[in-house]
Amino acid sequence: MLHIKNLVAKIDSKQILNGLSLDVKPGEVHAIMGPNGSGKSTLASVLAGREEYEVISGEVSFLGEDLLEMSPEERARKGVFLAFQYPVEIPGVSNANFLKTALNEVRKANGKAPLDSKDFLLLMKERMKLVEMDKSMTQRSVNEGFSGGEKKRNEVFQMAMLEPLLSVMDETDSGLDIDALRIVANGVNALRNKERSFIVITHYQRLLEYIVPDFVHVLYNGRIVKSGPKELALELEAKGYDWIKEEMQAV
Amino acid sequence: MNSLTQNKDTANFLDAFKDFNGPGNGTLSGIRRDAIDSFSALGFPTTGNEEWKYTNVAPILKNTFHSASGTLTLSSDEIRPFCLTGKESIRLVFENGRFNQELSSIPEQSKGIIIANLALHCDHPIAKEHLAKHASYKQASFVALNTAFVNEGAFIYIPDNVVLEQEVHLMYVHDTRKTSVVVYPRNLIVTGKHSKVRIAESSHSLGEVHQGLINSVTEIIVGENASVEFDKVQNENATSNHISHTEVLQARNSVFSICTVTLGGNMVRNNLHIQLLDENCETHLNGLYITQKNQLVDNHTLVDHARPNCVSNELYKGILDDQSQGVFNGKVFVRQDAQKTNAYQSNKNILLSDDASINTKPQLEIFADDVKCSHGATTGKLDEEALFYLRSRGIGEKEAKAFLNIAFAADVINKINIAGLRDRLMPLIEAKLNKTEN
Repeated sequence: MLHIKNLVAKIDSKQILNGLSLDVKPGEVHAIMGPNGSGKSTLASVLAGREEYEVISGEVSFLGEDLLEMSPEERARKGVFLAFQYPVEIPGVSNANFLKTALNEVRKANGKAPLDSKDFLLLMKERMKLVEMDKSMTQRSVNEGFSGGEKKRNEVFQMAMLEPLLSVMDETDSGLDIDALRIVANGVNALRNKERSFIVITHYQRLLEYIVPDFVHVLYNGRIVKSGPKELALELEAKGYDWIKEEMQAV
Repeated sequence: MNSLTQNKDTANFLDAFKDFNGPGNGTLSGIRRDAIDSFSALGFPTTGNEEWKYTNVAPILKNTFHSASGTLTLSSDEIRPFCLTGKESIRLVFENGRFNQELSSIPEQSKGIIIANLALHCDHPIAKEHLAKHASYKQASFVALNTAFVNEGAFIYIPDNVVLEQEVHLMYVHDTRKTSVVVYPRNLIVTGKHSKVRIAESSHSLGEVHQGLINSVTEIIVGENASVEFDKVQNENATSNHISHTEVLQARNSVFSICTVTLGGNMVRNNLHIQLLDENCETHLNGLYITQKNQLVDNHTLVDHARPNCVSNELYKGILDDQSQGVFNGKVFVRQDAQKTNAYQSNKNILLSDDASINTKPQLEIFADDVKCSHGATTGKLDEEALFYLRSRGIGEKEAKAFLNIAFAADVINKINIAGLRDRLMPLIEAKLNKTEN
């Protein structure tokens, strides 16, 4: 589904990704862990199409198409979703209105008829339950005045509405207490099936107790330096990242 | 005044005054003569005048204008798009400055309420007491010119303890299809103690062939404990120019709100003066201007805190595209006697093109020592982070921009309490912003 090969990318004049490769197949959950500054958020930003990041070389294909050629909205319409580390507050734009427009754009791009208000509300009501959102949150402006936990729930709620094929979750667990973490993870788990894939970027193993990955990768200096089964996350949690750094220096 | 600050291009207007024969008795014609003398001495302002630094009226004055005459021709179909939506409001329609009785809708009033054409009520004691007594024609040449030609417009009198449930809509339509037009609308609004009224004023034009010059003056007297809302919409065509002066006097414990929305017009200049003459007054002044192509919109506001314990809250927002220009000058005076004043002012602008510009100048002059005042101005491009967020959910770039601009504008529109006006405005704003594409 997603095929990343030797990706090199920079922001401003600073090269962050140094030849990253990763393959994600339908239905898989990949966790990406790594110390601060290793390039985790850069990877998420490049996949979503943030313009301030420049791809110097390498390939990224999604369902056989060149993802890097697409605008952010085209990527979203093809089924790529980024759950933001810092969701943006947009005063004056209601959550429901925003999401209805987005959903109908995605549907249109996939040859489906737009949902009318009634069907949209029904769908929204159903998906709100997944992340235990209350109705007032959908009527408020996008993320405006939301707590950290509410913002992250709203990201997963949008994910549940748009039903992307590939979700990239950028440190969705940061700033969440244990209850919010459980709610967010339950939402994600409810969406898992054999077609949908997830890239879960996180600092901590804690989230992976709830969203159990198929693979764990360690990102260091802009490359994946170690991959393994879910147990690798536990090892990282126990030993920290220093042994990875030492291993790298030894090579 | 010297030759740098006055423009003596006044001959056409002085000639027109000779032929003008307005209504009213000796007192009013005395005021008119006084005003034309004042205008003749003042001349038109030039950009050498600090108050008119960014707004040059000289090119407009080169045109020859015609005062409206002949029969009234507007049809109800032509004004329908301008009417407020929803429940029936009281409506006064002015066609090229002249009252159109047939298209107006004024239910018979009881309790001493007057809602009528000013020309017929110039001799009313209330009109005599207030007309041309507050907007100073001695200092401002456009006010002087308007006063010299005082004739038709709205006269609204709401007596003590009267709450007018129905909203009042003053509709000014300028037909520039056949000839250039100059009009001098004049409104006088007087409200008694504990009264309440909501008024919408809108200006429109038909045709984009000839030039239009609208020089309007409104005087509003807000009585003790009264609540008055006066919203102003300017949506003229690209060949029309609009200069307006609104003078508001607030008595003790009164509340006044105004929202000035400028969408159309070639050059628009709004002067808004609010005098807080007694304690415990509350004032809300909001504005929105959306400009494209070569439009120039200039808002000059003045809130004069003369007495203690008053609150003023000001928010003006602009979205400027193409080569258009905006000017915001917000003066707040807090006089020595005006302790415990709370005065807030904010001007926020979005520039959608590199050629659009805004000159913004907050001006606070504070002579009291126990006050809370703040002001701020921001000018920027669209929030890139918000734009990316919307696009990352599948919303196209153009729609995402419109989304953000509409939200920015709606923040001001939502402060209007006349639902039928809000509902009329939002689609106009959306249509204008959706055309906006870099």
